[in-house]
Amino acid sequence: MKAPAELKYSKNDEWIRVEDEIATMGITDYAQDQLSDVVFIEIVVFEGDAIGKGETCAVVESVKAAADIYMPVGGEIMAINEALVDSPELINEDPFGEAWLIKFKISDPGELDSLMDAEAYKNLERDH
Amino acid sequence: MTEPTIFELSRPNRKGIRFPAPDVPLSELPKEFLREELPLPEVPENEVIRHFTNISQLNHAVDIGFYPLGSCTMKYNPKINEETSRLPGFSQIHPLQPVKTVQGALGLMHETQRWLAEISGFNTVSLQPAAGAHGELTGVLIIRAYHRSRGDTKRTKMLVPDSAHGTNPASSAMSGMKIIELTSDDRGNIDLDALKAECDDTLAGIMITNPNTLGLFDENIIEACQLVHESGGLVYGDGANMNALLGIYKPAEMGIDVMHFNLHKTFATPHGGGGPGSGPVGVIEELADFLPAPLVVMTSAGDEDNPAFYDLINPEQTIGRVKSFHGHFSIIVRAFTYMLSLGKNGLKDVAIHAVLNANYIQALVKDVYHIPYERTCMHEFVAEGKWEDAPGIRALDISKRLIDFGFHPPTNYFPLIVHEALMIEPTETETKETMDAFVDALLQIANEAKTDPDILHNAPTKAPFGRLDEVKAAKELILKTQLPEDY
Repeated sequence: MKAPAELKYSKNDEWIRVEDEIATMGITDYAQDQLSDVVFIEIVVFEGDAIGKGETCAVVESVKAAADIYMPVGGEIMAINEALVDSPELINEDPFGEAWLIKFKISDPGELDSLMDAEAYKNLERDH
Repeated sequence: MTEPTIFELSRPNRKGIRFPAPDVPLSELPKEFLREELPLPEVPENEVIRHFTNISQLNHAVDIGFYPLGSCTMKYNPKINEETSRLPGFSQIHPLQPVKTVQGALGLMHETQRWLAEISGFNTVSLQPAAGAHGELTGVLIIRAYHRSRGDTKRTKMLVPDSAHGTNPASSAMSGMKIIELTSDDRGNIDLDALKAECDDTLAGIMITNPNTLGLFDENIIEACQLVHESGGLVYGDGANMNALLGIYKPAEMGIDVMHFNLHKTFATPHGGGGPGSGPVGVIEELADFLPAPLVVMTSAGDEDNPAFYDLINPEQTIGRVKSFHGHFSIIVRAFTYMLSLGKNGLKDVAIHAVLNANYIQALVKDVYHIPYERTCMHEFVAEGKWEDAPGIRALDISKRLIDFGFHPPTNYFPLIVHEALMIEPTETETKETMDAFVDALLQIANEAKTDPDILHNAPTKAPFGRLDEVKAAKELILKTQLPEDY
């Protein structure tokens, strides 16, 4: 399973990259593999919104399933990746790179403690 | 395309039928509604018959082969149901006729309401909803109306277990409810601790599918219903899997307050492309006054000389009409015929054999296909379509390969709590020989997956079309014939 060491991970398969207090988030390689071909994404937050940890920030649909994507930690939305709307397949092609979803300013850095490092994420026990 | 569209077969001035001269006075349409051109296909009768016969052969159907599509109960639809629904007394009437001229039809509806109530243990049944998810919406609106009638307006939270039918959250959301997903425990039952944590005075109810989409009877059902009732909520039952319970267990006795039936599943009416569906809703006595209007009631039981008389009534606190006229009436005639054909003992046999057949297949494949929640199943079971020693093979590949054997694939990728899910429901109407052939195919495919995976990746090869591009189909949704430019 691919999981870059410099990122942090939620149990819902979101990743987050923190640079100073600015975070970039997306969904993991494992998540895109489980979803299979992604055909649609809607980012349901807007620049300037304050969104809490665990709240829905996007909805993604594949040929298999539809899934909500949640904020790994809370923050104020600074940018959303408009390119994904026209090219949702980027999520399958480059989940940790071009397919970033949202950049936001972290409201409470303490919430980062609830996330996993790459090793812990790789060893996460999956039900069935 | 292996068959051109009817528009491409068209040639100017070809005719299938010639209309006789009208035997009623002509009525002129207002000029603004008349159009100069109407590009309808012009095709002779034999070409029309061949065209539609050819198309019908390109698809799979329960009249062609085995159709183990989990939770859809694709049982055989007896042809006698078609005969009765075409009787002129049922097919040549209009819903706006005076009730005294359609007593037979109303009597049939009344009996169907009564029989469904008897089968489920509910007090009253409405036949209006057009299909299963429409029944869910109707049921949740009844739950909402019940709470509101008591001034209990803060109850807006609906719990939906992760093993419930996929339409349940949508039906609740359409009713303005806030949906909370409940996890399952490691036996595939509702997790009672997770449920307890949500039981408070904002709880509107819970939507339970039992047997659930794992094909398992929820062992916590009684306690789950009690917990919800104690906190003032109501229990919605998704009756889609009623085929496992028919004549064995009444949902109302489990603690369910409102439930829909799928006549197009349990009661053998046409399904899928052959529909439409029908999703009657049954309720306990306390909720009967909220049912959709109108209901059929018997106003006089009749005697030796006079037949019974039936009328239509509007319950006082009704949520209103949810469907024009009386729902899908001709489907109700088919379901009534089915119940009448089988009788009380026959209906019970349906459930017994549906459960036996599912367990038979499960027992024969479980050593090869991992079954994550392995228990005695009900009318269906869920296997994993993946193996560690067959990397790159997914449930979808197995399903596509099954098409080469002449079988409809099982439901793929649902429920979401099983990875690469294959949900298999044989129904009671299949012979041992058919099920054995299906099991042989599954076992052969498992072997191919490990020894020659390209057979699966390239499947199907024996169908009119090979592997379809699902991504393109999802992204470029074209649902109707694109007429040629010069048509």
